[in-house]
Amino acid sequence: MTDMGNERFHHAIRLGDDALILGQRLSEWCGHAPMLEVDLSLANIGLDLIGQATHFLGVAAEAEGKGRDADALAFRRDVLDFHNCLLVEQPNGDFAQTIARQVLFSNWHELLLREICDAPDQQLSAIAQKGVKEVTYHVRFANEWTVRLGDGTEESRLRMIAGIDWMWRFVDELFDPTDGAPSLRSEWDARIAKVLSEAGLEQPKPRRGVKGGRNGHHSEHLGHLLSEMQFLQRAYPDARW
Amino acid sequence: MVAAAKSVSLKDRVFEILSHVPDPEIPCISVVDLGIVRDVTDDTVTITPTYTGCPATLTIETDIRTALDRAGLKTMKLATVLSPPWTTDWITEEGHRKLHAYGIAPPTRSVPQCPRCGSSHTEEISRFGSTPCKSLNRCLDCREPFDRFKCH
Repeated sequence: MTDMGNERFHHAIRLGDDALILGQRLSEWCGHAPMLEVDLSLANIGLDLIGQATHFLGVAAEAEGKGRDADALAFRRDVLDFHNCLLVEQPNGDFAQTIARQVLFSNWHELLLREICDAPDQQLSAIAQKGVKEVTYHVRFANEWTVRLGDGTEESRLRMIAGIDWMWRFVDELFDPTDGAPSLRSEWDARIAKVLSEAGLEQPKPRRGVKGGRNGHHSEHLGHLLSEMQFLQRAYPDARW
Repeated sequence: MVAAAKSVSLKDRVFEILSHVPDPEIPCISVVDLGIVRDVTDDTVTITPTYTGCPATLTIETDIRTALDRAGLKTMKLATVLSPPWTTDWITEEGHRKLHAYGIAPPTRSVPQCPRCGSSHTEEISRFGSTPCKSLNRCLDCREPFDRFKCH
């Protein structure tokens, strides 16, 4: 790969892996959500993300130029070769923990895709333009549920606090100066502060962020996720139906 | 002049063929009504997906391919573009009428009307419905739930 191809590959694969892994995580809720409407919402959000992942991984495969396609990248890579951020691979936990992950991620995701809409890379820009329309719904869903749970019963409030608390350590990675989007931090901070304040929740205290996902250093959870997601292609390579 | 007339008629012919290809999930409207057929040239039909993850996308491509092949247009290529992104503003007037008649409130910017009793006294139950393109709503007069094609 040329330097430019290499940079494009890494850019696209990070975007693709974030969407793919979170899409897979959300699909775990299918048939298990607290109510039918939420079940449909989480499945739809997951579907949007998997759709975006297909496109981003397609660009990555093209930039790599080794004859792999989006499916090969999704189903034939091992855990060390995944470049998603640690936030998206975190377990669903209870519903509040899932919403905590979503509110932190989707607000960042929307800002990121908006930025990519104006990028010179036309293919990435086209995917982002399409994605941003979908992610706007994800943000509204996650923001509304954060407020509803945080400002709900004592039980839902405690769970929302615990969810945010669990996920907060993975935030810094999103804004990492080398492979994150540091310029988006202040706007993201303002958005999250507004939602948390509406939910009657306090901003968690700053803490040392955990990073490494972008370089393949993942939490234990990702391997388990992949073993399920990649089962078919690993058990029956090249299976078609 | 002859060539121009010929290409216009081919374009019209392709649109006519595709106007009989139904959307797989909302079969009351065609892929043309849905606004996903973006362009037809002498050798290429350009389409655009609705939502990036919509599972109907692949079926739609296959259905369009089959319809073209059956009409003897096997050499016609099928291309997909993402930009500009699909919007519900591209759904035709005819599409709006068909959706309403089918029981799905069309994507109007104003308050959706209940497709059963016509009341505008409605509320949204969930922004995510049975397919990515629809929300779940309820009529507050006749109390019936209904799907709405959401503005996108």
